[in-house]
Amino acid sequence: MHDLSHAFSLALQLAASGDPGLWQIVGLSLQVTLSAVAISTLLGLPVGALLALGRFPGRNALIVIFNAAMGLPPVVVGLVVYLLLSRSGPLGEFGILFTPKAMVIAQSILVFPIVTALSRQVIEDLWAEYSEQLRSLGSNAAKSIGTLLWDGRFSLVTVVLAGFGRAAAEVGAIIIVGGNIDGFTRTMTTAIALETSKGDLALALGLGFVLLMIVVLVNGAAWIARRAGERLAGA
Amino acid sequence: MRLLRLALAFTAILAVTVPASAQDKSIIVASTTSTENSGLFKYLLPIFKEKTGIDVKVVALGTGQALDVGRRGDADVVFVHAKPLEEKFVADGEGVARYEVMYNDFVVIGPKSDPAKIAGSKDVLEAFKKIAAAKASFISRGDKSGTHVAELKYWKEADIDPETGKGSWYKEIGQGMGAALNTASSSNSYVLSDRGTWISFKNRGDLKIVVEGDKRLFNQYGVMLVNPVKHPNVKKELGQTFIDWLVSPEGQKAIANYKIDGEQLFFPNATGKPST
Repeated sequence: MHDLSHAFSLALQLAASGDPGLWQIVGLSLQVTLSAVAISTLLGLPVGALLALGRFPGRNALIVIFNAAMGLPPVVVGLVVYLLLSRSGPLGEFGILFTPKAMVIAQSILVFPIVTALSRQVIEDLWAEYSEQLRSLGSNAAKSIGTLLWDGRFSLVTVVLAGFGRAAAEVGAIIIVGGNIDGFTRTMTTAIALETSKGDLALALGLGFVLLMIVVLVNGAAWIARRAGERLAGA
Repeated sequence: MRLLRLALAFTAILAVTVPASAQDKSIIVASTTSTENSGLFKYLLPIFKEKTGIDVKVVALGTGQALDVGRRGDADVVFVHAKPLEEKFVADGEGVARYEVMYNDFVVIGPKSDPAKIAGSKDVLEAFKKIAAAKASFISRGDKSGTHVAELKYWKEADIDPETGKGSWYKEIGQGMGAALNTASSSNSYVLSDRGTWISFKNRGDLKIVVEGDKRLFNQYGVMLVNPVKHPNVKKELGQTFIDWLVSPEGQKAIANYKIDGEQLFFPNATGKPST
């Protein structure tokens, strides 16, 4: 108990201290994670809609694959991206291993299936509910994509937040492809892993609490935006 | 076509969201957890940057993995501690030349209760024999790191096959030095550590140094430039500048000056010439 309360007070001190090293790490964590979420959302929503509304051979298999890929082990994704981006790998010439870009790529691979699979479900459910109405207005599945995405926007925010949660929490992939380089690719989660390995468990847990605070803040902001949106839509 | 477009969009977002690092004067050094976790690089690198303007990015791994990163061409310089593996690295043409930089020593860490009765001994082989005889809990790195390689060598010289203790007293965790010390601390086990990591380690619990001072516990660090002929991307001038500085009188002095609580962690012993 003492350890936990000590770590918690350390977290508050850290957050209040404005230590530039800490904020640089927090900034990089957000930058990498939000970039990965943005990429995954831009790709995942259309693919999810296509899977929900399209009828083509192999569709069922793709749905199963995307559902399964929500559980991709980060360390495996990290290794595969590492081998691809390594100088001895097929994409080695770009020289982006051990950079934040490599971390964004790895996290995008983890988040993309989550956004795709969950948005597919949301859109499919909406289509089941409104397809008659939309058809009676002379619309078809393809034309309805925009309407469905718009009507489902609040559920889709939750989908994106699920992806954000995955990316913000993982360490297995980014520590392999980023290398946990001080001041360059060190993020909240890799710093926590490092401090744990140095035996500074209080600082590690303190950093963990700071990370939790940030995740809560991002989710809070999304909630407020959603409520504001709902009020506007209701007016 | 759709795939191509997706790939293009993907790259575009990547380009926009992650600003390219405009620092050309930087090198990647694959090194070991002992040099990073002990805080040595945090102390040395600002001094080196001040002098040369070169940013050194350290990826801290076990020695085996660090050498593999070099072999793949993903680092410019490898700075590790397992002489036989380093010599093979150079002999295979993966590294240009090996320079000795500094040393510290390994220490056997164990619980204050000392079930194998080895505290105060200066003979690491005798201590290992007693640990095995007492079937006292021992944590092994099991990760092909420099420390793991050294540990296996001591078992061999003590004529003990630790594999026979697997599942009972001998526990291979396959992780870094810090994780091994954390495990030993929470299970009151013996463990082999480099002194630097031990000095900077905070979660000691009931652990203390039980064996030190055996000359077999000597732990030499070496540095090598990754072969630019095999990997044209290697920044050979910048990498060599770093190596030259490490083995120069100035770099050697900086290494000697690094202390935690007044205790020196690494002892410079460079000759300035490649070792063979």
